[in-house]
Amino acid sequence: MTSILASGAYIPRLRLQRSAIAAAHGWFAPGLRGLGKGERAFGSWDEDAVTMAVEAARNCLEDCDRDGIDSVVLASATLPFAERQNAAILKEALTLRDDVFAVDCGGGQRAGLSALVQALRGGTAGQTLCIASERPLALPASEDEMHQGDAAAAFLLGDGPGVAEVLATHAVTFDFVDRFRESDRDHGYAWESRWVREEAFGRIVPDAVGATLAKAGLPAGEVTHFIMPSPLRGAQALVCRKTGIPAEAACDTFAATVGDAGGAHALLMLSHALETAAEGDIILAAGFGSGCDVLILRRTGGTSRPRLAVSDWLERRAVSDNYMKFLVFNDRIAIEKGMRAEFDQKQPMTALWRNRKAVLGLVGGRCTRTGAVQFPKSDISVNPNAHAVGTQEDYKLAERRATIVTFTADRLTYTLDPPGCYGMVEFDGGGRMYAEFCDVEADTLEVGQPMRMMFRVKSFDEMRGFRRYFWKAAPAG
Amino acid sequence: MARGIKDKVAILGMGCARFGERWEADADTLMVEAYEEALEDAGIETGQLDAAWLSVGFDALNIGPSGIPASMALRLDNVAVTKVENYCASGTEALRGAVYAVASGAADIALAIGVEKLKDTGYGGLPVRTRGTTFDMIGVVGSAPGNFAQLAEAYRNRHGISRDELKRAMAHVSVKSHDNGAMNPKAHLRKRIDIDTVLQAPMVAAPLGLYDCCGVSDGAACAIVTTPEIARRLGKTDLVTVKALQLAVSNGWELQGQGWDGSYFHTTRLAADRAYKEAGVSKPEAQIDLMEVHDCFSITELVTMEDLRVSEPGRAVADVLDGKFDADGAIPCQIDGGLKCFGHPVGASGLRMIYENYLQLLGRAGERQRQDNPKLALSHNLGGMPNQNVAAIALVGLEGV
Repeated sequence: MTSILASGAYIPRLRLQRSAIAAAHGWFAPGLRGLGKGERAFGSWDEDAVTMAVEAARNCLEDCDRDGIDSVVLASATLPFAERQNAAILKEALTLRDDVFAVDCGGGQRAGLSALVQALRGGTAGQTLCIASERPLALPASEDEMHQGDAAAAFLLGDGPGVAEVLATHAVTFDFVDRFRESDRDHGYAWESRWVREEAFGRIVPDAVGATLAKAGLPAGEVTHFIMPSPLRGAQALVCRKTGIPAEAACDTFAATVGDAGGAHALLMLSHALETAAEGDIILAAGFGSGCDVLILRRTGGTSRPRLAVSDWLERRAVSDNYMKFLVFNDRIAIEKGMRAEFDQKQPMTALWRNRKAVLGLVGGRCTRTGAVQFPKSDISVNPNAHAVGTQEDYKLAERRATIVTFTADRLTYTLDPPGCYGMVEFDGGGRMYAEFCDVEADTLEVGQPMRMMFRVKSFDEMRGFRRYFWKAAPAG
Repeated sequence: MARGIKDKVAILGMGCARFGERWEADADTLMVEAYEEALEDAGIETGQLDAAWLSVGFDALNIGPSGIPASMALRLDNVAVTKVENYCASGTEALRGAVYAVASGAADIALAIGVEKLKDTGYGGLPVRTRGTTFDMIGVVGSAPGNFAQLAEAYRNRHGISRDELKRAMAHVSVKSHDNGAMNPKAHLRKRIDIDTVLQAPMVAAPLGLYDCCGVSDGAACAIVTTPEIARRLGKTDLVTVKALQLAVSNGWELQGQGWDGSYFHTTRLAADRAYKEAGVSKPEAQIDLMEVHDCFSITELVTMEDLRVSEPGRAVADVLDGKFDADGAIPCQIDGGLKCFGHPVGASGLRMIYENYLQLLGRAGERQRQDNPKLALSHNLGGMPNQNVAAIALVGLEGV
């Protein structure tokens, strides 16, 4: 049966202190003060569900042969494009094979776990990359704004013992509307939590969990890692009581550190559980939303550990109490951007198609005569090769470390996160590019500083509703 | 090497509009202002022009495409007008077209005119614009100061110079140009400043502060060129002739190849060496009497001193601080205020530099006239950014030098 071979995750670096949200809205919504504890992860202006999915997937695939991947499933309720397959952008960014099956799926709070269960049950030959990524939006002064967080997680599935094997899966589906969001809305609407607690976490979820344990022939007491995201305080404990799962099996929901990443959250927690579980541990993941998916796994002996595990991403953080920055980065407030922001970002699609490997995959060229690497690839190599034409072969740069050659912190150019930091970087093994920097502090930049590339939004075409993606350099580590 | 252009073409007359925020003037008016001065200086009439070259950097934002705007503004006699654009080096490019036409014998008298109307954009600094579909997908849409600022850290790292010392030398570059600009009635910025003003100014793109950046101006400049023989026939006696015109254009090596460390201009070095060879200059530091260089930013001027071989490698900071390039120094640089203070109407700048060199060579620079009878002058006009650019160098001098 299909197993989990590897997993990875991504949590954006910025962490907004919830006290800053409460302070901003205290005059209007004093009730939020009670929620004003801990912090929530939020993406920078140039991150979205696709870029976060790419980071999680790169992390998952660190040591894996990407050519073995036959299918890609991208689950999210907050994907940037309704038309233009988001998974296809991800496929190009990861430079997966062209003959790959790819699909976007949505559906709400349990989207990620549903996609994972489906992929595990599908039993297709070859490997599947399953990713869940969310960048949820909420109205200012809403409880969602407090509870939510941005994150992504990715799993590579295929034959073999891997890191976890499936013991049982189970699903129930009801049109139980505890929250909803119409397709063209950017924020959800939630019903009274007391009803949700009793009906969903007191009945629907425990029943589904019980049925799954019965299928697996496992006593509830053997569950060592219980994963069940919910922003409702005490929901996990309630399900434990109702099902007999030991209370100490309940995993950290990251409510205090990340926030609830909606459809991606169960997979974020699962990635963490795989990081911490010992061989033989039983992991039960339940995802609620219009019913419930349940997945029971046994941790096997595999030792795949991503470059940065969930615990590392939790550490890689930049604390912020700048609530206005949070609003601006989430496009929740219209600010004066200045005339330099009026630069037309219309993307010629023909040019994007021709250059997709360079733009989305950061594929450069290596001259077969001289071995010199360059970006972008060109008909005639930049390094002298007796002016031969057509000697370059594809050469992937995205996973290569780079160092800063030149840099600046530009306060004149338009960016939503000034100063705009950029400069020339040179890759290990050759090749250089003039790159924007992301996730940097301007006053710590140095010539020679090690960097790694990240897939980010390059610019928005607000007039036509499009966004360009490209690679930026971030501090390595 | 080709035989070169030395002494084949003489400057018959030059003109330059007052640079600045010319809210009252269209590009047409600026062109006419420069052209009328040049016509009078040359002592000819419009009907004697055989061909014209027009340079403009941001045509879409002011005069639009083609050579027609110059033909219409100046009411030329339906002669050939070629519009050229090579980033901020466009002005020298226009001169190259006119000079080559005369040297080839295709034209007896030709006009080079550069113009830019930059102050119709609504904001300060150079306008943001596309650099082509590929660049817009993979390039950095940074500002000009951001692109040039990167020279500073790279130069500092290469030569082991402290941030403070480099910043002080950069400040000296700007203070000197403000001193010079104050003496120039056509300059955009005519206020003297002190070093503390420069050091304490708001940061634009680290480490470039406000006073490390040149003015963005409206303006026009032009040259009328002919052969030395025709010039004499028209009654000219003291002739300023073109000694060298060289251009070096990046082929991507700095940005995409291996080895460039970001601390200098690869193209400027190539263009300078070619120009010196064309003009027969073997010791530039001793032979060049004055220079106008492309001081779009203080750091650009500083590193260019080494690229032009008038400072030893790593010595530019010391030379600048010693006053070597001040108005009364060994080789004055930007004696007219430079881009920094005369201003930078992009398409006109290369011609403005040569205008000042021409005036100085003829002893007509008024209050700011260099008193040691300059004979040979260099202008360096740069377009693009340090990692990808066009470097244009023109040497002009007295006939027979």
